[in-house]
Amino acid sequence: MSKLIKGCEIVDNEWTLVEQDSELPLQAIAAGELVILPARLWLTNQDALRGKANVGLWLDSHEEPATAFTSAAVNPSTQDESEQASVPHSVLIDCNTLPLIAVNFPVFSDGRGYSYARQLREYYGYTGELRAIGDVLQDQLFFYQRCGFNSFAIRSDRNVDDALNGLNDFSITYQSAIDVKQPESRSS
Amino acid sequence: MYQYDSIDKQLLSERVAQFRDQTQRYLAGELSDSEFLPLRLQNGLYIQRLAPMLRVAVPYGLYDSAQMRQLAYIARHYDKGYTHVSTRQNFQFNWPRLEDVPDILADLADVDMHAIQTSGNCIRNITTDQYAGVAADEVEDPRPWCELLRQWSTFHPEFALLPRKFKIAMCATVDDRAAFQFHDIGVELTHDDKGQTQFKVYVGGGLGRTPVIAQLIHSELPWQHLLTYLEAILRVYNMHGRRDNKYKARIKILVKAMGVDAFREKVEQEWAHIRGGSNTLSSAAVEKVKNHFQPIDYPQHDDSSMNRELASQRLESPEFARWLDKNTLAHKQAGYAIVNLALKPTGIAPGDITDVQMDAIADLADQYSNGQLRNTHHQNIVLADVCKTDLWSLWRAIDALGLATPNLGYLSDPICCPGGDYCALANAKSIPVAEAIQRKFDDIDYLYDLGPIDLNISGCMNACGHHHVGHIGILGVDKKGREFYQISLGGNMGRAAAIGKILGPSFSQEEIPDVIEKILDTYIEVRQPEEMFVDTYQRVGLGPFKERVYVKAD
Repeated sequence: MSKLIKGCEIVDNEWTLVEQDSELPLQAIAAGELVILPARLWLTNQDALRGKANVGLWLDSHEEPATAFTSAAVNPSTQDESEQASVPHSVLIDCNTLPLIAVNFPVFSDGRGYSYARQLREYYGYTGELRAIGDVLQDQLFFYQRCGFNSFAIRSDRNVDDALNGLNDFSITYQSAIDVKQPESRSS
Repeated sequence: MYQYDSIDKQLLSERVAQFRDQTQRYLAGELSDSEFLPLRLQNGLYIQRLAPMLRVAVPYGLYDSAQMRQLAYIARHYDKGYTHVSTRQNFQFNWPRLEDVPDILADLADVDMHAIQTSGNCIRNITTDQYAGVAADEVEDPRPWCELLRQWSTFHPEFALLPRKFKIAMCATVDDRAAFQFHDIGVELTHDDKGQTQFKVYVGGGLGRTPVIAQLIHSELPWQHLLTYLEAILRVYNMHGRRDNKYKARIKILVKAMGVDAFREKVEQEWAHIRGGSNTLSSAAVEKVKNHFQPIDYPQHDDSSMNRELASQRLESPEFARWLDKNTLAHKQAGYAIVNLALKPTGIAPGDITDVQMDAIADLADQYSNGQLRNTHHQNIVLADVCKTDLWSLWRAIDALGLATPNLGYLSDPICCPGGDYCALANAKSIPVAEAIQRKFDDIDYLYDLGPIDLNISGCMNACGHHHVGHIGILGVDKKGREFYQISLGGNMGRAAAIGKILGPSFSQEEIPDVIEKILDTYIEVRQPEEMFVDTYQRVGLGPFKERVYVKAD
């Protein structure tokens, strides 16, 4: 079983990632195995999957949260958030019914997932495990963490123990984000 | 100016440690070239034609004498004894060794300097008016706001890997000296009818392959919301900007594709979620930063007696008189002047200065200008607080250093990128072109007769020399492996922002001085009394210039 970083500890990765364009792994799900499905696959099978604590969902880098989730909008003026996703509102799900959400970084230099994470935490109100998957490397971990990720599936050819150092590159921040709401240095 | 506290200093030292570790891992083969690339770029390090190039950040162009001395030391110790002032008000070293860069960054950190986000697909150095705080036409000192933007954008966790680089400029004056309409975001500081600070926000400007003038998306943003509103813009860009083609990845392409109204709508939607959130500015936070930029305690001077003294010094030396007229500007405080040190003497690459000059400039700053210095986007250096009684002795000192060429804003004071002599991206050399023009037009009285002309020279489409917005722009292009130059006329980087129009087919390097001469001759023939080059161009268009330049020889 591969290792990953969860919080700031190294743990076993108990979840199996189901690739894009796969069939629904019915047997595995029925057997209670922990699987992370592509967002489309989850949404199209949501009647069967709703409420299952062993089935997570992953967003690819071109799939912003609005393509999957209903927004618990902070501000009433943005209730129509999902319109631009051209997905019928009824198809969208409440992200907090999921046991795990992952965001894929096909290459580490594609920074869209940082914004997705902030949106999930800040106005979809997601409180569960948010995992960075794909080309996940030590030198991006500090920023991932600040944007709201709390688990990190380090690329398999890299040493997880070394990568853990990346979470502690800085002890100070200038701006508020998910981790720090009021940077000590900048507050009045 | 902004003084680092223990927290700022700790952040810098952690950054140096981080990059030292990254460099070691790269040299040990643990990081690939592509993985190391954004890490080194966001520490200002390019791999260039002949050696790496290290770009050091000068936030909004402002620095002090101790920092200048450290830069001189770095130039001497790690480089070839000189440095280069860039159009983003930064410094560039052309010859550092990759292995030395962590040590250079540590030396910079000792004087509260760094190379953070001076390159890479992230928010770059915030720029503004080089005369901020002393300009007579200023609504309010923009530097505290620039500093707040600097802090907000430094290691912003969400915007470290944008589709492309992102540049922000702020303007707070009647005359625009920051070219803010040619930035990804241009922020214009204004006051509402109650005297409260607010901002006009422009988006999607830029030069490069596709020059665009920015469009207004918010006309009265209250100051409290500056950071959250910009965060909303950046988030829309980060999520929707193109990542499939680096030449179409700047925010200007996204704004054009969506249309500015749809883009604004999207930003408003995003902003609705974070407006009033934790990055909202409090008046206490703003005051805290503003305290760093209090005007100096100017002693009272008898301005009229000082002007009488200057008048007699003018009579004593016509050279001094000329320099006074051309390279100094009115200060908002009576008895003081703004002095430009001219970095464009003929024969020196525009914007280059030596370690010896740097040390001397640091001493002059201490002696005459409150120990502070500014880099300009015209690639000169400013002493902003000089008492008029000191102008004579300051002039003698800088004249001896070769920094008193009285050509500020004239044809022989070009903006010029390092070009093919240094830059790996360049299609053509730019420094020799600038020099050939300076040599041909070396009669200063002729240059004064021509009046102010912005000559901007870039060695490639990336437009670091801002050729699109020069009154006369020169662009180096590659034609079947040979260096050619395309000329454009009518650009304007001031308030009347305009993109120059291409004159016609390009020329070889040798032809350029004669072509410029024909353009200038045309101007002299058709101009009206007191009419500036760029105004004549506006009136008569490209036609007369084109006819003269491309006339068939008999």
